[in-house]
Amino acid sequence: MSLQWQCTPPLLIFRNKLTLNSGDLAAPFHRPRDHMCGRVMTFDRGLVDVGLPSGSWSNALARTATMLSIARNSLRPTINRMRVARSASLHTLPELPYAYNALEPHISEQIMKLHHMKHHQTYVNGLNAAEEAYAKTPSMKEKIALQSALKFNGGGHINHSLFWKNLSPVNEDGGKLPQGPLKDALERDFGSVDEFKKRFNAATAAIQGSGWGWLGYSPATQKLEIVTTPNQDPLISHAPIIGVDIWEHAFYLQYHNVKADYLNAIWNVINFKEAEHRFLEAAE
Amino acid sequence: MSAQHTLPPLPYAYDALEPHISRQIMELHHTKHHQTYVNALNAAEIAYAKASTPKERIALQAALRFNGGGHINHSLFWENLAPASANGGVLRDGPLKEAIVSTFGSVETFQNTFNTTTAGIQGSGWGWLGLNPSSKRLEIVTTANQDPLLSHVPIIGVDIWEHAFYLQYLNVKANYLKAIWNVINFEEAERRYVEAINGSRL
Repeated sequence: MSLQWQCTPPLLIFRNKLTLNSGDLAAPFHRPRDHMCGRVMTFDRGLVDVGLPSGSWSNALARTATMLSIARNSLRPTINRMRVARSASLHTLPELPYAYNALEPHISEQIMKLHHMKHHQTYVNGLNAAEEAYAKTPSMKEKIALQSALKFNGGGHINHSLFWKNLSPVNEDGGKLPQGPLKDALERDFGSVDEFKKRFNAATAAIQGSGWGWLGYSPATQKLEIVTTPNQDPLISHAPIIGVDIWEHAFYLQYHNVKADYLNAIWNVINFKEAEHRFLEAAE
Repeated sequence: MSAQHTLPPLPYAYDALEPHISRQIMELHHTKHHQTYVNALNAAEIAYAKASTPKERIALQAALRFNGGGHINHSLFWENLAPASANGGVLRDGPLKEAIVSTFGSVETFQNTFNTTTAGIQGSGWGWLGLNPSSKRLEIVTTANQDPLLSHVPIIGVDIWEHAFYLQYLNVKANYLKAIWNVINFEEAERRYVEAINGSRL
């Protein structure tokens, strides 16, 4: 059972939590003042989590909470009872925006097929299984134990979804960086587009293990920066503009151990139009 | 200056582990990947010897760890593989087999658990059968990337970086992990085990 009330103005980011025992839950209780937004929900075990905005408002709501001393079975019928939302909707493998052979000769059809239909699909399946298990378990310990599966498979799904979109065939302008805000920003932040590619490739090739090379936009410095993430960690510190997979499965069948050749070749199929779209969205 | 490291020769021909590990993989793995770790380790050690500040030395630690670990791990790996003609895959009665059976219930259970654990690595790394020096028990452990096994004495190591199997097994690492047991050098593993149990490395 849960209680919810609509908040005006709209709900703010919650920072503090006030946890009450179910015995404290009662109605009637006073709705907090309008500028104090919160949401009270009970979970199946009867714990009440009160999401509160930060700061001194929480004191006020805490005082409100201490007024909740009437037994739970005297709840007003006007209060909505809603089931806590359980399982999230299932993730699915996004379609490749081009044919499997469309990135030849830079990335082979064989690699694209395996990479999309096997590797990415496995992350999707793994993510769905992890989310299902997470929703089902009431145990905090089990939830924590599931975190690495969520991060690995969730990150794999996020990263590869971004990847397919930031590649495009040569005949759809893959590899072409038109005059515009992205090109200007690359020249501003790296000196030249060639220098950017050189540094990107060096940083990405230097990853010690599996991972991803990124061109990211830093909201803090408002600059484009080259960042790497290990394994399937998603890029969180920056807005992803271009991602390049440097896991061996991304290139080994075609380039063997010579990852430098893969990194040189991939620039022929980078979708700079998508990259510029992401950049404009991030920079605003 | 420390002595330069060199690529150890493979104890068998490049095609000797066929059909379980292909010649193409063995050639690339030994002459390219392992060689690269050796070269880079030598370069990192030269730079480290030249460094005059703690900051410079600390900055070189990652290169030493990655390339040094790569050299250690692959050197152990070639030795703990053997062709069928040299008893690869054969685990004879003896102290190692006894320890495996008493720890894991059966050799098959051990291999299944090893494979599941190794396949579960989230990224690149190694699966190990190791001897816990305090408890003297065999345990299955993993290390990430090229981290060497430090917490245990390495008995058997299996490379699960994609370069170790992808050309032959593609994304189906479970098949590589099943196949490799046909070429595990249990004689070498037992030598390591007996030495570790007798405490000469502890």
